[in-house]
Amino acid sequence: MQTDLDKLVTEAGSAIEAAEDLAAIDEVRVRFLGKKGLFTERMKQLGKLSPEERPAAGQAINKAKQSVQQSIQARKEAMQVAEVQTRLAAEAVDVTLPGRGQSTGGVHPVTRTLERIEHLFGQLGFEVAEGPEIEDDYHNFEALNIPESHPARAMHDTFYFDEHTVLRTHTSPVQIRVMEGREPPFRVIAPGRAYRCDSDLTHTPMFHQVEGFMVDECTTFADLKGILDEFLRNFFEQELAVRFRPSYFPFTEPSAEVDVQCVECGGSGCRLCSHTGWIEILGCGMIHPEVFRHAGLDSERYTGFAFGVGVERLTLLRYGVNDLRLFFENDLRFLEQFR
Amino acid sequence: MRFSERWLREWVDPRVSTRELADQLTMAGLEVDAIEPAAPAFDGVVVGHVLHVEPHPDADKLRVCKVDVGEGEPLDIVCGASNVHEGMRVPTAVVGARLPGDFKIKKAKLRGVPSRGMLCSAKELGLAEASDGLMELQADAPIGTSIRDYLELDDVSIELGLTPNRADCLSIVGIAREVGALNRMDVNGPHMESVSPVIEDTFPVEVDAPVDCARYVGRVIRGIDATAETPVWMRERLRRSGIRSLGPVVDVTNYVLLELGQPMHGFDLNRLRSGIWVRKAEEGETLVLLTGEKITLSSEDLVIADGSGPLALAGIMGGEASGVSEQTRDIFLESAFFEPTRIAGRARGYGLHTDSSHRFERGVDAQLQQCAIERATELLLGITGGRPGPVIEVVSEEYLPARTPVAIRHQRITRVLGSEIPAGQVQDVLERLDMGVTSIDAGWMVTPPSFRFDIRIEEDLIEEVARVVGYNNLPGCAPTAPLVMRTEPEAEVPLTRLRRLLVDRGYQEAITYSFVEPRVQEVLDPEADAIPLANPISADLSVMRTTLWSGLIPALIRNLNRQQGRVRLFETGLRFLRSGEETRQEPMLAGVVAGSALPEQWGSPNRPVDFFDVKGDVEELFHLSGRAENVTFEAAEHPALHPGQSALIRLDGEAIGWIGALHPSVEASLDLSARAFIFEVRLDAVTHGRLPQFHELSRFPAIRRDIAVVVERDMPAAKVAECARAAAPEILRELKFFDVYEGEHIDSSRKSLALRLTLQSQSRTLTDEEVDAVIDGVVTTLGNQLGASLRE
Repeated sequence: MQTDLDKLVTEAGSAIEAAEDLAAIDEVRVRFLGKKGLFTERMKQLGKLSPEERPAAGQAINKAKQSVQQSIQARKEAMQVAEVQTRLAAEAVDVTLPGRGQSTGGVHPVTRTLERIEHLFGQLGFEVAEGPEIEDDYHNFEALNIPESHPARAMHDTFYFDEHTVLRTHTSPVQIRVMEGREPPFRVIAPGRAYRCDSDLTHTPMFHQVEGFMVDECTTFADLKGILDEFLRNFFEQELAVRFRPSYFPFTEPSAEVDVQCVECGGSGCRLCSHTGWIEILGCGMIHPEVFRHAGLDSERYTGFAFGVGVERLTLLRYGVNDLRLFFENDLRFLEQFR
Repeated sequence: MRFSERWLREWVDPRVSTRELADQLTMAGLEVDAIEPAAPAFDGVVVGHVLHVEPHPDADKLRVCKVDVGEGEPLDIVCGASNVHEGMRVPTAVVGARLPGDFKIKKAKLRGVPSRGMLCSAKELGLAEASDGLMELQADAPIGTSIRDYLELDDVSIELGLTPNRADCLSIVGIAREVGALNRMDVNGPHMESVSPVIEDTFPVEVDAPVDCARYVGRVIRGIDATAETPVWMRERLRRSGIRSLGPVVDVTNYVLLELGQPMHGFDLNRLRSGIWVRKAEEGETLVLLTGEKITLSSEDLVIADGSGPLALAGIMGGEASGVSEQTRDIFLESAFFEPTRIAGRARGYGLHTDSSHRFERGVDAQLQQCAIERATELLLGITGGRPGPVIEVVSEEYLPARTPVAIRHQRITRVLGSEIPAGQVQDVLERLDMGVTSIDAGWMVTPPSFRFDIRIEEDLIEEVARVVGYNNLPGCAPTAPLVMRTEPEAEVPLTRLRRLLVDRGYQEAITYSFVEPRVQEVLDPEADAIPLANPISADLSVMRTTLWSGLIPALIRNLNRQQGRVRLFETGLRFLRSGEETRQEPMLAGVVAGSALPEQWGSPNRPVDFFDVKGDVEELFHLSGRAENVTFEAAEHPALHPGQSALIRLDGEAIGWIGALHPSVEASLDLSARAFIFEVRLDAVTHGRLPQFHELSRFPAIRRDIAVVVERDMPAAKVAECARAAAPEILRELKFFDVYEGEHIDSSRKSLALRLTLQSQSRTLTDEEVDAVIDGVVTTLGNQLGASLRE
């Protein structure tokens, strides 16, 4: 009896071993453990034994059956694991290959700078104002205290349409347009395109400017110094020295030119700053009483400052661009560097 | 303004270095643009005296000279210059000298004759661009003295970039006044003396335009030697100021111009007829200028004329016919004051810009004319000799610039600058600037000096105070203002957001010029009336853009030509339209796309971009503003677009833009090598949005049904959708096209559109019967109204 069972277990073991997939193992299970299986057959023959022999024989069969059951289960689990492994291996991808889909573009570096400027001044409550680019000579010159035949007009290299219509030479006319229609206080920046009839290594006939101004009953030159200092340090994210030196603009008095310590050499002198250690960055001053008069504001009651900053120049310095003309060639190899 | 530092220091000599002096000037508002040495480095060159000259035995063009250099035996020097002569004093480089360009002088033999040095030209010493012969020194040049000492070559030229308000600093005396004020020092110029007349001769002067010429000073000088050489010290100072020597009369007037700031003119007296007449030109009169250029005058011009016609364009340039030449014996010197606003712009009108017009336009001291003519006489007589006549003057006091006192309040200074400057300091600064200062209650009454044309109002004086105190010494502070919020209309879509949407969809922002090439624009927008510039920078940038495409398409072409296969660009900015007399400046948003739909990639097919890719981008712009449902795309023709792939974009029925494939003939005429899709919409159409509006969510299930209908091939899908929506009750939540099919099993004149309808009620679960009834209704309506049949 025992040898018969041993034989059966051995036989089952070989069958389990030989089974190559889950279906085959199931066949093995049915053949040995099924309702008509070989173990069931043995159990049925227990009746032929004496009642004394029966418990021991039954136990022996059950034990053998259990061992086969375990083997089948173990084999099955191993097969399942292997199957998952196979699937995983088959589904593996080369994760180093690039992903799929649309790539991101970018805004123009000049826009990038403009947005930064708008944001920095926005923190201080400056609103953004815009104005026309084809401008009348009143707003572009007259109202800004640049009368006809003023030597300053010659400095502007103006594009004309007719005697009284020009492409604005700066964004300063927006200052007049804002002040004409409203009462102070004003905290405004006017970004936009400006045009001058000049084209060489350091000039493009179109460029961007941000005009900024603040008018209130007690706005001072000290405020102007404070705000520009703050702006330049935050724009460049560097503790740069800033200096103000007297200059001349018909629409401001006192007027100043602002230099920052060279961003390249830190002031020790290099080609970028023509070995002066300083870089000229913007013009500014206290709004001229004539300008207030043209805008219909009382210059005894109000004082204000205004500044104008060249956006391309800031962009050039910030990102180390070495050729102004690149800004308007729109070469993707250039633009894509500012993504 | 360019000047020699040593010349300035002759007037005022603060104990500061060149660098410090330059910084002082820059920080006082006289910006130093450049500092250049007066001469390149060289040494070993002394004043030599040519004692003897004899021909070279073996060379026709060479001479053998004996030159006394102040020590030892005279040197034998072989020289090739034709102007070498006995008795001349000449810069002599001795053996061991080092000339500019690291050129060393050694003992040499020239054609067999030993030579122990070299006689130098100005060019060889780096003092001129070109020379025709040796540099001849004054006969009293001390023999043996180093040339660097003799010519004071250890000097620099300082270049000031002066602002137009500081005409008073267009002279040595003006800069000296500033330096004096900044260093609290007195200014002491060279001693100048009036020259008494030795003859009685005058020349009549009549001023017909006293408003324009309030003072005219003249003087006759007879018997000058116009061939005399201008002394080397004067030529050197002129050179270091960037002015060429052109004979003694012109050199002297130029010298006075630099020294005192008074432009002057010398006429050849014997070429003048009857008298000097300062008047307006007659329309159409002509004048040949010193440059040889003939100009036709207008009645706006002020001229100096004589009995036969205009002699000079007043304050701008003299005429050729009356100019001084080497033959001139007698001269008439002019020193006048011309009103700045009358001169301004006149020179520019003729394309002229002279040292004289530059100063008169900005303002010359109206009290300077007498002093200048005396100074010029004195200098000239020292060079050319001659007999001066009396100085005559025609003056109209009433038209001389008024020196109106300007009040400055102490409190106002504080209010403008934001910090208080002590009263004593204010007064000191103003006085140091030669202002007449009287105390009044609130501050001071200040009379500006006659050379300051830029002091008219209180603010001008505040700037003077701030400037001399030093802007950098004034405090700065963070401004304070009430904490007030600004309204920010939420329904507005910021431009920054629109830009980011396109950027995220693979577009690169471009910025192109607002003026474009007419030929390109003509092709893209033939019907628009472009506004031309009167003075364009070039022919290909001569009209204002009527569409942003006029800049974007050339940008696309340039990129394609630089081997970029895939280009997606957008731009925002104004377009400029003319409608009748009006100019419209409209903000637009435009894009141009060419190449593959997606970046080249290993795992997806490389499909070229098509109309619907770009339309999807445009639709997303409207989704941002929440107004996509109000937008329609209507098949329409545009001259630049493919007639079968172009749409007029409407928002609430109003035309606001275009989208389409570029017309093949346009591609051909612009030499575009790739298929391009373009769009342009009015910016306000995408920025004016609406706030989100909440709708109740349904708790009941949605039911989907798909149907396919067959319609005429040219039936717009939008029409089918519109008709289906109209036919369905309110429970139709959504309608989508999920397939369009043409081909086998469908009549070749028709197409099949597959629609997915989603139905859902707010109040109940829909029954199959209800849904079937809706679908049947839709199908029936489509059949009746559009001839649609259900696809089998």
